[in-house]
Amino acid sequence: MMDKRISTTLLVAFLLLSLLPIYWMLNMSLKTNEEIVGTLSLWPHHLTFANYKTIFTDPSWYSGYINSMIYVAMNMVMSVAVALPAAYAFSRYNFLGDKHLFFWLLTNRMTPPAVFLLPFFQLYSTVGLMDTHLAVALAHMVFNVPLAVWILEGFMSGIPKEIDETAYIDGYTFPRFFVKIFLPMIKSGIGVTAFFCFMFSWVELLLARTLTSVNAKPIAATMTRTVSAAGMDWGVLAAAGVLTIVPGALVIWFVRHYIAKGFAMGRV
Amino acid sequence: MARIDLIELGHAYRPNPAAPGDYALQPMTKTWVDGGAYALLGPSGCGKTTLLNIISGLVKPSHGKVLFDGKDVTQLPTEARNIAQVFQFPVIYDTMTVFDNLAFPLRNRGWKESQVRVRVQQVAAMLELGDDLKHRASGLSVDAKQKISLGRGLVRPDVAAVLFDEPLTVIDPHLKWLLRRKLKEIHHELKLSLIYVTHDQVEALTFADQVVVMTHGEVVQTGTAQALFEAPEHTFVGYFIGNPGMNLLPCSVRDGAAWVGGHALALAGAAKAALVGADGNIVLGVRPEFVTIAEDAGDDTVPATVLSVRNMGTHFLAEFRFGDQRVAAKLRAIDVVAGSTVRLRFPQQRTLYYVNDKRVA
Amino acid sequence: MKTYNNRAWFLVLPVLLCVAFSAILPLMTVVNYSVQDILSPTQSVFVGTEWFKTVLRDADLHGALARQLIFSLAVLAVQIPLGILIALCMPASGWRASLALVLISLPLLIPWNVVGTIWQIFGRGDIGLMGYTLNSLGMDYNYNGNSIDAWMTVLVMDIWHWTPLVVLLCYAGLRAIPDAYYQAARIDGASRFAVFRFIQLPKMRNVLMIAVLLRFMDSFMIYTEPFVLTGGGPGNATTFLSQYLTQKAVGQFDLGPASAFSLIYFLIILLFCFVLYTWMQRVGTGDAK
Repeated sequence: MMDKRISTTLLVAFLLLSLLPIYWMLNMSLKTNEEIVGTLSLWPHHLTFANYKTIFTDPSWYSGYINSMIYVAMNMVMSVAVALPAAYAFSRYNFLGDKHLFFWLLTNRMTPPAVFLLPFFQLYSTVGLMDTHLAVALAHMVFNVPLAVWILEGFMSGIPKEIDETAYIDGYTFPRFFVKIFLPMIKSGIGVTAFFCFMFSWVELLLARTLTSVNAKPIAATMTRTVSAAGMDWGVLAAAGVLTIVPGALVIWFVRHYIAKGFAMGRV
Repeated sequence: MARIDLIELGHAYRPNPAAPGDYALQPMTKTWVDGGAYALLGPSGCGKTTLLNIISGLVKPSHGKVLFDGKDVTQLPTEARNIAQVFQFPVIYDTMTVFDNLAFPLRNRGWKESQVRVRVQQVAAMLELGDDLKHRASGLSVDAKQKISLGRGLVRPDVAAVLFDEPLTVIDPHLKWLLRRKLKEIHHELKLSLIYVTHDQVEALTFADQVVVMTHGEVVQTGTAQALFEAPEHTFVGYFIGNPGMNLLPCSVRDGAAWVGGHALALAGAAKAALVGADGNIVLGVRPEFVTIAEDAGDDTVPATVLSVRNMGTHFLAEFRFGDQRVAAKLRAIDVVAGSTVRLRFPQQRTLYYVNDKRVA
Repeated sequence: MKTYNNRAWFLVLPVLLCVAFSAILPLMTVVNYSVQDILSPTQSVFVGTEWFKTVLRDADLHGALARQLIFSLAVLAVQIPLGILIALCMPASGWRASLALVLISLPLLIPWNVVGTIWQIFGRGDIGLMGYTLNSLGMDYNYNGNSIDAWMTVLVMDIWHWTPLVVLLCYAGLRAIPDAYYQAARIDGASRFAVFRFIQLPKMRNVLMIAVLLRFMDSFMIYTEPFVLTGGGPGNATTFLSQYLTQKAVGQFDLGPASAFSLIYFLIILLFCFVLYTWMQRVGTGDAK
């Protein structure tokens, strides 16, 4: 709650600075490699869509995009679905080993993914999950589920337990209470969790690339095939960067009401 | 102590309200006297919280004025109005002790520490929080937290009215009556105006001197519990107050009698006169407490079949059918069984008539 | 107050299974390798704690660890307060809020190698906007040659990239505060700073803890962005722990020491997070959790 003018000024300043590198990326995506490494130009002097064309004409581009979206969507849904009951348990109950379990969950995010690479490769080859969307979605759950449980638990703990009890007295069954009363109260938590699950899964390249070959190959392929015969393909890389922002921006747009909506306490 | 006047007060969310449906709160003019305890009673969405928030200043009304002791406060912000508000859930400062919570409003107004201490001790004693002053507020039980919320309102001596927005919602049932009793004590001691919003009629009827019944943004009746019970001015009041509510039976008037469920009921003189030329929806209302089984077949009785009889402990709740209508009655004793035919008496002085939901007789 | 109920384990079971499946098995593999000397794909000798000792005595490791610690602490010191500040500045509702949310989160959505690549060009004195601007302001800026410049660039890049995460978490946390608290504060005559100190900050405790631990962990494991930007240079000025690990593992391809290093790496993060977690819990409101 700050003075409106100060906060707007600060916000706008921050956003402008923050958008500069994004603008730069857009800028680069519309230039030729020669122009990029040759001169400093604030906008493309020789506007070209060739970089985008390279991506769009690549036969694996389209499938790569779709593949990524599939396993990321799977991961989002699975992670949040599995995390909700667990977060509720951590928030409302004490049980044997609960604090240890909670912290142990976090520890799964404390290892560089590179460490998981070889074991995952062996594991998924053994169970025949290699090169499937499910494999990547499952693999990504290692770091997304702990995060989801953690964030959701934080928001759930902000709701007084008395709300649960009042609902039971009023005759709500647990499922109805959970869906109709409880979840709407932690809307902003769910919105933010969904977005983070999307984001971390979307940008994760190492596991996604290693665990797939043909059928489920993600956009990582286009991302990393950036060194052409002529050297670093700056323009294509920038174009790919621009294209990967789009789905994420859409996701945030869709969950914006979840995140931004105020908190209406109680049933008036 | 504040006398509260509402002058043509109404609130609509849209800029140019045309029909009554556009208003969250229908324009009204009312006066509430100094030091009274009022309950705003009504179902969810009836506008009672909107009215409360307009009085407290959290919402600016789109029409009309609010006066405190004759002074126009409509445009004044909440903090300038000398009111306190208690919400549905305890609103306390988690990181502070109970003492600091209660002291907060005074310190913000620049009081000297010694004065703060005296006043806080006073209020804490009144609320039976004296032992907890040194504790962190966050660790206390819910009802104690609500008391702290209330205490923060009471601690300012210039507080004229305390507004409550369903404050017992999150309290355990067996603690509710303790808190209610405490509120009544405080009311007697401090002689503040109290305005209490609730959807629970028991709470309203036991707490308040005057109950303001609202529905669909409109105040339909203001009165004591007895008045609301015996003479509901609106079918909604009849239906909402009482357990079960009033029997509301559609009827028509012909040849000087009220025809309901295919049977005629004689009309008393005053009622007959009031219903002459009545145009619109006519409804007959009689409370289950006043319906009796008649020995004779007088012109204030109708034949009916017994549908069910339930023993409620202190009384019997019987349901009857006559024609296409159902009637409930609360009886001290009953010796008929389901299926049998009886005559029901609707005592004329207890039978009320409503035209378009408003009482005429 | 939480009730004690062991049946809550059923609610937690799905999570446990998923994560255990994905985590414990690989972890066991790593532990296995860390105590073996793998001479060939079929021959290995148990060496116990030897790799651990070797790794811990490595002076280059100490250097990388020190740099990593400084980096993570610097990152936290800037991103947390800045994130809170920006979250406070963002509108609470309306189209402005939606727009702000989308714009804020854009840096988070760029694949990390692209992030590094953009900043490579961005920071160049001859062809990059930032580099050019800094040089024309009189600074002799060169992130490839100058260690301080490299550090600054990596820091600013990380701040640009990850502050939005803190902003989003804090923003969501702020939105979860019921209006009644602000209303009560107005009635109590609280100043804007008091509102921040007694209502907003305490109620953001949960999200702030998540933000701090998350940023610490992720910054401690950072690899792609600084690697792409500076390659760890000049020299090893910006070689942080993850890159050092990769260099050792890939360069020498010795699974034994690499696995031991991985475990140590993990344990360091674990230790720091545990300390931070416990400290933040205690500093909190002392709410019965």
